[in-house]
Amino acid sequence: MAQIDPSNRGLRLAVRYAVLVLIAVIFIFPLVFMVVSSFKPDQQLLSDTGSLRAFLPVGDISFDNYAAAFQRAPVRLFIFNSVLVTAVTVVLSLLVCSLAAFAFVFLEWRGSGVLLSIILATLIVPFETIAIPLLLMVNQLPWIGFDGLSFGWLNSYRVQILPFVADGLTIFLFVQYFRDLPRELIEASRVEGASWWMIYRRIVMPLAGPVLATAAILKFLVMYNQYLWPLMVVQEETYRPVMVGLQYFFQLNRAWGEIMAYLSLITLPVLAFYFVLQRAFISSIASTGVKG
Amino acid sequence: MSRSRLTQSNRAGWAMALPGFGLIAVFIILPFFFAFGLSFTNQRLISPNPTEWVGLDNYRQLMGMGVLTLEPERDDEGTLIRDEDGALAYPRLRNFTRGNPDYAHLDGMREWLSWSWGENQVVVLARDVVFMTAIVNTLTFVLIVAPVQAALALGLALLINQRLRGINIFRTIYFMPVVVSIVVVSLLWRFIYDGNDGLLNNILSAVTFGAFEPVDWLGNPDTALPAIMAMSIWQAVGFHMVIWLAGLQTISPTLYEAAEIEGTSRWQTFRYVTWPGLRNTAVLILIVITMQAFALFAQIDVMTGGGPLDSTQTIVFQAVERGYGKQDISGGSTISVLLFLLVLTISLIQRYLTRERN
Repeated sequence: MAQIDPSNRGLRLAVRYAVLVLIAVIFIFPLVFMVVSSFKPDQQLLSDTGSLRAFLPVGDISFDNYAAAFQRAPVRLFIFNSVLVTAVTVVLSLLVCSLAAFAFVFLEWRGSGVLLSIILATLIVPFETIAIPLLLMVNQLPWIGFDGLSFGWLNSYRVQILPFVADGLTIFLFVQYFRDLPRELIEASRVEGASWWMIYRRIVMPLAGPVLATAAILKFLVMYNQYLWPLMVVQEETYRPVMVGLQYFFQLNRAWGEIMAYLSLITLPVLAFYFVLQRAFISSIASTGVKG
Repeated sequence: MSRSRLTQSNRAGWAMALPGFGLIAVFIILPFFFAFGLSFTNQRLISPNPTEWVGLDNYRQLMGMGVLTLEPERDDEGTLIRDEDGALAYPRLRNFTRGNPDYAHLDGMREWLSWSWGENQVVVLARDVVFMTAIVNTLTFVLIVAPVQAALALGLALLINQRLRGINIFRTIYFMPVVVSIVVVSLLWRFIYDGNDGLLNNILSAVTFGAFEPVDWLGNPDTALPAIMAMSIWQAVGFHMVIWLAGLQTISPTLYEAAEIEGTSRWQTFRYVTWPGLRNTAVLILIVITMQAFALFAQIDVMTGGGPLDSTQTIVFQAVERGYGKQDISGGSTISVLLFLLVLTISLIQRYLTRERN
């Protein structure tokens, strides 16, 4: 091998960083453009696309687009709906899926093997292939509410929440994690007479931090970004989530500045969340693949 | 108490597993079987008429195909008739597809593809040309996006796996589009791909000093699908980069040390140490990307609506357009079943091709 002299090494390091930065620019420029444009009046936004000014907060900068976006659509309501649906689904999903996984891993009961196999088999069924029959189903499902028995779930929160509470991937993640916990711990508590619910709550869940974070992040991403399903089942504004709310900005006169403001508004909180918890985000995606 | 007695409890087991299993049964398994059942009926979302069993009609309607070989027209002496440009004249298709009792199986079909075969013209007819186009587009999308995205993701993972100061910042940035909604991304890229003020045209023309002719990326049937592919890869490649990265980190460092002692080249290290260690990851990534790619919908809905000239129609877009848009639940369900069978077939083929060879 050739001798590596210091200047050569410095050059190679510089090339490496140049490649990394160039790729980073490719990934980052649309998002920078989105945020920067959200502060510009339409006319300037369009004329700026011809130069690097498209990525710089220069010229006539203001929050006018944001004010206009709030005027045009019930943005607060959409954000509230999305946050509510996402939060409730994530919490229910963690509870329901961890309980099921707990039963599969620590308890011995008739049918557990078959049930787990069936659940894991659903992993090869993409949601898109069941969306249409599910639409027919939820259109006719009964519900008992404050006003008595009613049929049809369209235009509600429950139609956006309940189908996504339990899924094969989340249960699988919990099962994988629980299998690595020491069984002696659970058996010892049984000897001492602890109930299964106590063991779940007091022993297993306090140890489940990492997998709870993973499952919560994956569910959060899916739920906050829902589009196809609410598009079909929510026609009323009252229950509309953020991604479907985008349609408001394409009716009548299209204002790009307002669109960019709305996009920034619904994206930046997620990105901020991601930057704070980036290690957890990345390891949660990674964990879907390690043992698969 | 014996060990098994300690952990045995049918009642507790069922009670704890039931909420999760019940929800999966109602919202995934039941509609999955409904899809099959409904595809043999004429069910609509809301209809005054009772639902009827129609057998395979929906499938025939979607997949019906026929081939017709047209012979050129001849005059009474048997010489070929040519128009003023010298092109051959063929009988009109509608003579065969509109109420011709000799060609009843072609009734109602439209031309999908055609090519010349000697002096004859071969025409492939389909009962639902748009759906055929949607299948071809979806398969094209999957067959191009899956390998390209997997390879790019591996490249990025190898790049990020270096020991360099600040490498985590780059990893964070490369992964960033994954957490952004595909709907938001699609809207942004609509702006980037715009034919007039689009960023991409401006960048290309700046790089080539004005030599580049602006393209209406999404408005042109030749570029619309490739443009959507490029954007989809941009959005999702970070996801698979992270999975590759997790795979890379399971490879023992001692293997690399051994390779270094042997004095292997970089390519040899990759070929004989890295790649064998990534086998399982590769299988998983290919299956995951394939499933995600088959589900192509939001990009189409936001960016092109299936156009121009059906060049970006996809299977899921068609399923939604029928099942929801036209409230034709049975038609949408039939498409869903076909999609599932397609995904299953491709996954099984991938499994087979990447199987462990002894």
